[in-house]
Amino acid sequence: MFGYYLDLALRSLKRNKVLTVLMVLAIAVGIGASMTTLTVMHILSGDPLPGRSAHLFYAQLNPDIARPHAKEPAYVMDYHSAMDLWGAHRADRQALIVNSAIKVVAPESAVPPLQLDMLSTTTDFFPMFGVPFHYGSGWSADDDAQHARVVVISDDLNNKLFGGANSVGRTLRLGRSDLHIVGVLKPWRPAPLFYEAWGNYTRPQDVMTPLTSGLEINDGHFMQFTCWDMPSTPGHLQNAPCEWVGLWVQLDDAAKVSAYKQFLGDYAAQQKSLGRFTSGVTRLRSLMQWLDYLGVVPDDVRLQNWLAFAFLAICLFNTIGLLLAKFLRRSGEIGVRRALGASRAAIFAQCLVEAGLLGLLGGIGGWLLTMAGLWLVRRQPTDYADLIRLDLPMFLATFAVAIATSVLAGVLPAWRACRVAPALQLKAL
Amino acid sequence: MRTPNQSAFHKGTATMQIKPILSALRKHRLATLLIALEVALACAVLCNACFLIASRMEAMNIHSGVDEAALAQITLDCDDCNANDVNARVLSGLGKLPSVQSVSVINAVPFGNHAGTAGITLDAAGQHSGGVVDFYVAGPGSFEALGLQVVAGSAPAQGDFQAVENFLPADASVWVTRALAGHLWPDESPLGKEFWMGKYHFRVAGVLAHFARPGGGEGGPSTREWSVFVPALPGKQLTNNYLLRADPAHLQQVLRDARAAIASIVPEAVLDQQASRTIGELRDSYFQADRAMAGILVGVIVALLLVTALGIVGLASFWVAQRRKQIGIRRAIGATRGDILRYFQTENFLIVTFGIALGMLLAYVINAVLMKFYELPHLPLYYLPMGALALWVLGQLAVLGPALRAAAVPPVVATRSV
Repeated sequence: MFGYYLDLALRSLKRNKVLTVLMVLAIAVGIGASMTTLTVMHILSGDPLPGRSAHLFYAQLNPDIARPHAKEPAYVMDYHSAMDLWGAHRADRQALIVNSAIKVVAPESAVPPLQLDMLSTTTDFFPMFGVPFHYGSGWSADDDAQHARVVVISDDLNNKLFGGANSVGRTLRLGRSDLHIVGVLKPWRPAPLFYEAWGNYTRPQDVMTPLTSGLEINDGHFMQFTCWDMPSTPGHLQNAPCEWVGLWVQLDDAAKVSAYKQFLGDYAAQQKSLGRFTSGVTRLRSLMQWLDYLGVVPDDVRLQNWLAFAFLAICLFNTIGLLLAKFLRRSGEIGVRRALGASRAAIFAQCLVEAGLLGLLGGIGGWLLTMAGLWLVRRQPTDYADLIRLDLPMFLATFAVAIATSVLAGVLPAWRACRVAPALQLKAL
Repeated sequence: MRTPNQSAFHKGTATMQIKPILSALRKHRLATLLIALEVALACAVLCNACFLIASRMEAMNIHSGVDEAALAQITLDCDDCNANDVNARVLSGLGKLPSVQSVSVINAVPFGNHAGTAGITLDAAGQHSGGVVDFYVAGPGSFEALGLQVVAGSAPAQGDFQAVENFLPADASVWVTRALAGHLWPDESPLGKEFWMGKYHFRVAGVLAHFARPGGGEGGPSTREWSVFVPALPGKQLTNNYLLRADPAHLQQVLRDARAAIASIVPEAVLDQQASRTIGELRDSYFQADRAMAGILVGVIVALLLVTALGIVGLASFWVAQRRKQIGIRRAIGATRGDILRYFQTENFLIVTFGIALGMLLAYVINAVLMKFYELPHLPLYYLPMGALALWVLGQLAVLGPALRAAAVPPVVATRSV
């Protein structure tokens, strides 16, 4: 029966080509616009570490004595608190996050000096976030403790400075210090850059050093996230009234999560009673909760998404109207089929098949327009431009949404069509 | 084109038409409702999208207060350099380049990176907050180079430039914008007024007409010009960022020369490629996202109107085809082509009007939702009649084709069976 309906639908679509093209075009434009923005949303709001993110938590507390009544803790913490929490080793794994800019030169390479962002962190960073290595590996806890002059570099920087060769064992000069390369990453592009409190889609840093070493080699060049009083020595923040260090912990089961929450709360309460804090507020957000709190998906992208769906709704109304016109114009034909014994359900099904076929055609057009739309998005000067592509789920979703909306649009016209009174139509013939 | 409302309301015969149109529409309630809903949604989205475009354009038209066309920034990364030596070398080295009018040291420029954002207070104890402002810490020559316009007080004199302690001079005469002065001291003359930032103390020596802060203010558009100009002497804390002024006609060439010259003037420094551009270029890239968004919105509006027009054309064509016989009968009993044309135009006008009425309500609902999620003001009322007008015109244009086809139906159709 389905084949027969399909045949009828094809004939009907061929009969009035202009109307068919109008309808397919309307569906295609609506689907193209909404799937473009939906794909961007899907990519930007995705999980940067699928499989791991559920066990990763970001610890926050409020060291800012000038905000005693703040409902939310600070985005990052002061050095003192970060070292206390880290030193307690209460989590399965833990990583401190500090950022600074530094001049980078490879003495063996002819590439001129580069000013790059340096991530200073601790040994667990690599296994905890599943960072893939091309050559070598991360550094050890011993390296952290001994302020070892070691560095891990990105695939990008390795290509730039060493032509992609295995550079483990070579020397890299950061500022005035010579560091030993111990690891080269594979291309790694978590999106968003979740471990930073900026909430954006920039690439991970090109050079990564142990925190203990980083603080020494780039002393005087650390930037605060914010301060509640002037630091006495700008750029040297270890004892400054400033927030600038992030702390990530890995907690493998629920009991550990609640235990860590307790530990964090107790620490803040203790600091408050000691007079170092004025607020006891703390948060332990999971990775996805943290991204949600930061609001990483840009406002403009959300706005475009709203717009696109309003647009799809207009296209839907349009399709309903046109299908209604199309089906009712064929009242005579429907009357004959009814008189020859077709049930109302059969007419209804036939109309929906026709609507679905329109949806499929509109979906093909919509897919092409989505590709064009994504190409436009990639040409925008955004941090995330290189991430935007149509993956398989979104490709399938394009057709699913196209067919679903057009079948939905077809329900009302089909219901009207199947209620056509055969006798009246036959008399008119 | 004769508008249908004229024909409907100002001509005796036309008023007769409204009733039959309404009763015909009542027979096609569903289709009428669909078109009206489509128009309503289109009207609501159109008003809001136009409003969004207008607010983006307004943000993009901000007056920076400086001679953008004549200025460029050179930014170095030079951590371990001797700042005084570098400043001296850069100032004299770049100053010697052909067509350069002046070179000065400044910590930031409009549309560049923030360099001195801090909260100020109106009392020494730090109790009475004045908001978060941007400090432009700038060396001799920069005030003239920027082309800042003083509306009260006088321009900085040589003695106003003091050594920087950490971030700012400890006790300085400063120049604030009219916008900031209005915020801090609404009904008083700002000259001679004092404010603090921690232990730093400032006294207002002059008021500037305009001077935008480097990036957007945290408090939204009204804080966009909360800038403070602090005269200071170049030194360890004021280095690595230079303001070039040249004849606008030669600015590009001067910037190219300066970027090339830096390598020989300060070989130990790294030139910041991103930041070392003309203020015009910095402004362009600062607003790139807004421009792209405005472009997308324009695209959406065009596609939206197109789809709505397609819907009207489709349904009107269907109705014309369905009513061929009735049209023939009306022609046969004396209706003119004009009458038939006006019938369809009036019908469209009524449907679109109904849609617009719904759409205006919906526009306000959408605006309320947007206001909840984004920093947006209320939709100004005049957007509604503008949106209505656009959809009336669109409706009339879309229905014209089918209506002309209807008017062309010959009276003889009445005598034929279908």
